[in-house]
Order: sequence, then structure tokens, then C-alpha cells
Amino acid sequence: MELFDIIGPVMVGPSSSHTAGAARIGFIAGKLLGEKINEAKILLYGSFMDTGKGHGTDKALVAGLLGMTPDDYRLSKSLEMAAEEGMKIEFGEAKLVDAHPNSVQMILTGESGSTIDIVGESIGGGKINIAKIDGIATNFSGEFPTLIVHNLDQPGHVSEVTSMLSHKLVNIATMQLYRDSRGGMAVMVVECDQEIPEDGINWLKKSEGVLKVTYFEGIRG
Amino acid sequence: MYKSIADILQQAKEQKKQFWEIVLEADMESRNVSAEESLQDMEQMYDAMKDADSKYDGKLKSASGMSGGNGSLLDEYNASGKNLCGDFLGTVMARAIKMGESNACMKRIVAAPTAGSCGVLPAILISYEEYGNCSKEEMIRALYVAAGIGKVIGENASISGAYGGCQAEIGTASAMAAGALAYLQGGDNSAVVNALALALKNMLGLSCDPVGGLVEVPCVKRNSHGAVNAVASAQLALAGIKSVISPDDVIDSMRRIGNEMAPDIKETGKGGLATTESARKIFCQQEKQ
Repeated sequence: MELFDIIGPVMVGPSSSHTAGAARIGFIAGKLLGEKINEAKILLYGSFMDTGKGHGTDKALVAGLLGMTPDDYRLSKSLEMAAEEGMKIEFGEAKLVDAHPNSVQMILTGESGSTIDIVGESIGGGKINIAKIDGIATNFSGEFPTLIVHNLDQPGHVSEVTSMLSHKLVNIATMQLYRDSRGGMAVMVVECDQEIPEDGINWLKKSEGVLKVTYFEGIRG
Repeated sequence: MYKSIADILQQAKEQKKQFWEIVLEADMESRNVSAEESLQDMEQMYDAMKDADSKYDGKLKSASGMSGGNGSLLDEYNASGKNLCGDFLGTVMARAIKMGESNACMKRIVAAPTAGSCGVLPAILISYEEYGNCSKEEMIRALYVAAGIGKVIGENASISGAYGGCQAEIGTASAMAAGALAYLQGGDNSAVVNALALALKNMLGLSCDPVGGLVEVPCVKRNSHGAVNAVASAQLALAGIKSVISPDDVIDSMRRIGNEMAPDIKETGKGGLATTESARKIFCQQEKQ
């Protein structure tokens, strides 16, 4: 626990888990899609579903999708702002099994037609965990510069990523590997202590067997 | 680095430093930042607290309709000439409620240590700066005192209502504010830690039973009570009154009591005030609307 977990964060109320955490999940989901969002299907689960309205969870999630951080004073106006920007939003109830009580599933479609399906959990004090990306289990906070690589499950991709990072003098804080099946689709989540230069990301994108590379700078806890 | 209140006291004694200096130096080490950077970050938090305080709007109501406007009522009463509590305490109470209401109405606040308990510490600090003609530098130092206390409680017990009940939220905020106020009023490190121990002791066992699961009832008003408890505890400690139970033992008691509390009164909205007839009526009315 850091000192500024006690005094802080600066956030729009009323709840660190149901409002600040929700905004953070929306923010990271938007970054993971990586382009302007045309459509968002927002499916609430557990306490997010039961008490979300009174906590402004709906507004906070949409604010995050619009790129607002939890301390953005415009957060309570996000639904109007999304309508102005032409973002189509649909709320519903998520059918998740054994999920964290404060969970949301977001299915986003971007302007180029690309989609992402994430499950985010608000785990308390404004901290969050991204628990699923496109159906594959993950586990990261979004507080660090984060690199996410979708690749075919075949040898060599981990070493491509780690050697690029070492070449760019970027230290790895955590690294996780997931796959849906042997030889199927794999996801690598790398949280770093430093930001990754753009040319490193671009180099990875061109690498054979790599299907998608997503990177964002992280949002302070 | 420190793991307990006793650690802070011992390091302060050995290094002939004040409480806040030990907390500041540990933050520098932990985040690998300079003293200037850490102080700047803390100043930003204080500025954000003052900004939130100044932007209170007594006309706002929360989405549930349960919160809003009470800060203005207190302002009016304080100005009526009948203020029971004296200027300082009257102002502290109004500020604490206002911040809680701002939070319920989706305004920007500083969690200290949580959003639900965001009113206690700024109410005391901002009012003290106003009445005590204190320098901003001193206020920032007081924030380190408060943060150090909160960090020890967070690491050795909890600052989450879901784990420890309201004693962990308003209780922690009150202990932090009591220590900070004892420091500002010229108390030594012993007065600081006695103030925190006395404040937290008085909050032990406090349930977290919010109506509708929302951070409103009883949370908003409890900010005012937590702040008054902090002032009373600082006053006792500054008079030389000692807590018989050591601060770290009080904190550990809070942890054990939190573990023993029933889940129904730990932020689930399934017990206590949340399941009263009055609470049910509010939500029935809302559903009809």
C-alpha cells in the first residue's frame, strides 16, 4: 500500500469501487480497442447491476469509454456526451459465472469495425482487474504501461517480445501468458516499469504469427 | 520504512525527527521520488480538497434523493448566533457534511482514506488553516501525519467497509484527522499517537450498513460525527490524557473486531439500518416513481 492510496485518489464520487473503478475499467477498455468507439454493449453483473444506478456506475463506465479518467469533473455528464459523439450504448445484465461481485462485460465496436469483448472487475479502492479479453482469462490492473499481444500459440513469440523490450531498455514488471487451446489463440500481457517506444510496438505488429498488438501507457492507481 | 505506529515513534526518536518526516522519507524511498516531488504530490491533494470544499452546491440532490442540502442548513444554523459548538467545531461539522454530500452528488473529491469518509480530514484541516492562521507548509506536514496513520491502519487492519465495517472507513479517517490536529495544535509525537488511539477506540465496532448499498445513509452525516470525534480525541490527548491501550493494539483490535463482524453489516446492505422500515419506504417510493 502506498501513501497516496490513503490520501487519494482524487475522484468523482460517490464510490471508489462503483464509480472510480468503473471509470477506470471503461478507460482501459477504450484503450484496448484502440480506436473511436461506435457501439458499446455494457453488461453489468452483481453489485454493479444491483446498486450501479445510485452509484453512477453507468455514467462512470461510459465516461471511461470516452477517455475520461476517474477525476474528470465531466463524468456525471457522460451519457449526454456519448450521445453527442454518436456513440451507441446499450445496457443489460451480464451472464457471467463465478465472477467478482463488481464486474462488467463490455463489448465494443470501433469505427473500423474491429471489436473487443472484455470483462473488468472493480476490486476496491478504485483498483481494478481486467479479467477477460475476447473470452481468454487475463489478470492485470492497467496501472503500468501495458502491452497486450494476441498471437498464434506457437514457439518464439515470447522471446520476440522480451528481446524487443530488453533492446529498448524496458523492464518487465509482470508477464502473463494465456491461450484458449494448444496451437490456438494466445494472449500475452506484459506490464512494464517504463513506457515502450512506438517503433518497438510497430516492429512487433509486423512479426509473423502476431495477430494484434495493443499498448497503453497505464493510468495511475 | 515502518510497519507500525511504534516503528514511526522509534525512528523519530532515534533520528530526532518529527512524525511527518519519517512518513515523508518512507514515501520517498517507496516510490523512488525526491522530497520535493512527494511534497508536491501531497500539496496537490490538499489543493484538490480545498477545491472540492469551495465547490459545494447546496442545491444538488443525489440520484437516490437521500442526500444534499444539509451542509447549507448547518451554515445557516452556525450563522444564527445560536451555535452550540463554537465557531471551529461548527465549521468543521458543516464542511464534513458538505464534502460527503458533494461525493454523493457525483462531484470531485479526494478519497481520504475512502470516498465514503472523504469529509473528515479536509473538514478539520481546511477549518484549522482558516482559524489557526497556519501556513500551508504546516497543513501539508499534517497531511503526512494523517497519511502515515492511515497507512499503518490500512496495512495492519483495513480501510474498507466491506472488510472491516465503518470503523475501518470513518474510524480510520477520524484517527488520521485526530493525529493531524494534535500535531497542528503543537502536540508532540506522543500527543499525536494518543489522539489517534483515542479516536479509533471510540469507533470500534461501527457497522457499515448503508441504505440501498449507497454511500449516503448513514455515511454522509457520519463524516461530521467522525470529525467531531477527531477534535474531541485531539483535545484529550493535548491535555496529556493517554490511551491505556497502545495505538498498535487498538489497530489490531479493529482488525479482529472487523473479522468477527457479521457480513450483513459489512457493506452488503443486508442488515442494520439498510433493512429498516424507513429504508424500505424510501426505495418503495422510488420504484413507484
